[in-house]
Amino acid sequence: MFAYIVRRLFYAVPILIGVNLLTFALFFVVNTPDDMARLQLGAKRVTPEAIERWKVEHGYDKPLLFNASAAGTQKFTDTIYFQHSAAMFAFEFGESDDGRNIGNEIRTRMWPSLAIALPVFVIGLLVNISFALLMVFFRSTYLDLWGVVLCVVLMSISGLFYIIAGQYFIAKLWNLLPISGFAGGIDGLKFIMLPVLVGIVSGIGSGARWYRTIFLEEIGKDYVRTARAKGLSEIRVLFRHVLKNGMIPILTGAVVVLPLLFMGSLITESFFGIPGLGSYTIDAIQAQDFAIVRAMVFLGSFLYIVGLILTDISYSWVDPRVRLQ
Amino acid sequence: MNFQPVILWTDALIFLLLAGVLLLVAMIRRQEHLLAPWRSVARRPMAMGAAMVLAVFVVIGLLDSLHYRPKLADSPADKPQYAVEVLSVFDALVEPLRSRSEKTYSAPLAIQLHAKEFIERDGVTVRDYPRLQYGGAHLADASEHRADLLMRTTTGILHGLLASLMLILLLGLWQSRRHQTALTGWLWAAWRGEAGWPVRTVVAVLGSALVLGGVLLQLAPAYHVLGTDKVGQDVLYISLKSIRTGLVIGTLTTLVTLPLAIGLGIAAGYFRGWVDDLIQYVYTVLNSIPGVLLIAAAVLIVQVYIESNPELFDTAAARADIRLLALCLIMGVTSWTGLARLLRGESLKLRTLDYVEAARSFGVSHARIIRRHIFPNVFHLVLIAVVLDFSGLVLAEAVLSYVGVGVDPSMYSWGNMINGARLELAREPVVWWQLGAAFVFMFTLVLAANLFADGVRDAFDPRAGGRR
Repeated sequence: MFAYIVRRLFYAVPILIGVNLLTFALFFVVNTPDDMARLQLGAKRVTPEAIERWKVEHGYDKPLLFNASAAGTQKFTDTIYFQHSAAMFAFEFGESDDGRNIGNEIRTRMWPSLAIALPVFVIGLLVNISFALLMVFFRSTYLDLWGVVLCVVLMSISGLFYIIAGQYFIAKLWNLLPISGFAGGIDGLKFIMLPVLVGIVSGIGSGARWYRTIFLEEIGKDYVRTARAKGLSEIRVLFRHVLKNGMIPILTGAVVVLPLLFMGSLITESFFGIPGLGSYTIDAIQAQDFAIVRAMVFLGSFLYIVGLILTDISYSWVDPRVRLQ
Repeated sequence: MNFQPVILWTDALIFLLLAGVLLLVAMIRRQEHLLAPWRSVARRPMAMGAAMVLAVFVVIGLLDSLHYRPKLADSPADKPQYAVEVLSVFDALVEPLRSRSEKTYSAPLAIQLHAKEFIERDGVTVRDYPRLQYGGAHLADASEHRADLLMRTTTGILHGLLASLMLILLLGLWQSRRHQTALTGWLWAAWRGEAGWPVRTVVAVLGSALVLGGVLLQLAPAYHVLGTDKVGQDVLYISLKSIRTGLVIGTLTTLVTLPLAIGLGIAAGYFRGWVDDLIQYVYTVLNSIPGVLLIAAAVLIVQVYIESNPELFDTAAARADIRLLALCLIMGVTSWTGLARLLRGESLKLRTLDYVEAARSFGVSHARIIRRHIFPNVFHLVLIAVVLDFSGLVLAEAVLSYVGVGVDPSMYSWGNMINGARLELAREPVVWWQLGAAFVFMFTLVLAANLFADGVRDAFDPRAGGRR
């Protein structure tokens, strides 16, 4: 087991290098530091000197990959690639355009993100499974048919509208919860409730429908027929057998997104004013702060790969038939 | 000529796509085994109803894709000059909607502005709601407003019903001639649901569209049916113009996705070995980058490119168009991985089957085996993926536009509508119509696409057959 994990970790390295090179190409080769400077300075103040000054200030004045003027190993280390891209492997994200340390920002901002994303994930999973089981219990009746239609309807509503409607009705019209904001500790609970609720509701459509098909696939299998033939009640069959085996694909599918919960949700956080990583990213995109965007790309990829490894491990854990070589 | 035709990049691609679809339809019609699943789609009421809704949207989108620049009225005949704004055939059809702008917000069907202003009345300045410049301008007195609305709505409904009757008659004539039965006999069978395809649903959907169209034809020339936005533009016009943007994103993105997904997916599964390793590596790398961020990075780059090469684009529409195309391209590049993985798995299975082995031992070339034996057997997966992805792409446009990396801010799109209107609900009194209109239009298109996709999937996926 341990050897397998180590091997998977080594397998992840080339992927991270690929991500790193791709982002480097996107941000520095296709889109040169001169372009960045021009975009940041705005059309009015663009002079060659201003661009040079901006590049020196942000450390973009070095050669891209190979510094011929430097000596020894500095030929490679005194370059943009090494200082701005390769440094990310050590989780050194550098500074954003307003001079703050990105690594520190990430460490403080991931907790609010998690405070929203984790409840949405856990409660959402439970709600979706309950709805799916209900539909499966009433399968091939009108209740099931209309349940599926309702799921499709819920799926067809843009996530933006769930947020807008939630804020308008629950917060503004009925004054039940604050419209946006965030606070630490127990005070924060009232701020968290609305985004969590909206997040759960907007996920029901696709989630419940997807789990329903998984359970239906399971219910057609032989062991379920055997269980029924033994005289078990339908409820017992559903909870003891179908739910237990259906959970394998559901849980392993959920594990891959588990690390990504740290990244938060862009839209939810920006609408509700949550100081998490999602709103951090969105602000960076809108301010065209490439350093932050680069850092978030690397972090996201890293967490995704962690998720992939966790998925493999969880497979072997829940399903003894799967062996890791 | 009174106009100069303009072919934007997305226009050309849309019509190319249309030609491709028509070609595919002609091919399918000739082969019974390809036609059979489509027949099964045509028998499903839900799918057919959704298809009719989609057809209405597509017709509007296509009309909106024929662009031109009108000639300036005062330009000399021998050296004509054309306006800088690019219009479409659809614009010409709904000319009054486009050109008649008010000062600012006005509620749906209103005859006065939404906000009070100082106006001069009988020589005294009072603070009141001023009458609109165009909305209800034909009414001499505000008291006629209600009666006029009622009158126009009723006329519109009657016109719509009349048109629906014509439709039923035409359908009946066509079908009864085709099946060589009496007209009344076919109509009776259709009414009882025994015509072989869901005539009732189709007529109900198209009839509702006709009634809605009739009412709009009566009301829209005299009122702003969905109100006006902050700068006084007709919201109905904006919503209708946004249809094209949604359709372009939903379809052209797929056009980018398909060659990548099909080519790389099948190659990985069929050749295995280092080809497989390489392709798997590429899609794991692409997959692991958060999609929104990759799109954001690429869109920012395109923006820089457009700003530093202004001489390449002669009109604002061309600039907005190239950004739309770039968005489709980028979304395509980020979204081919799912389908490719599916096709890889399927090809892995197919390549070990007897008939493929036999073909290989006969010395048939790889290209031919893939074309004749692998591709036709994974085609249903491709089709299902295309229709399933469409609705997701339309929804994604709204989110991306909200983040600020979607379509050009000058382009009409539901995402831009929502983005521009998201603070309107906080106003007093509430301005809800722009958000409402974007919601209704987007919801209708996405719901229709989802229902149609379900029908297609159930008909083509052998595993899903008995599940519903």
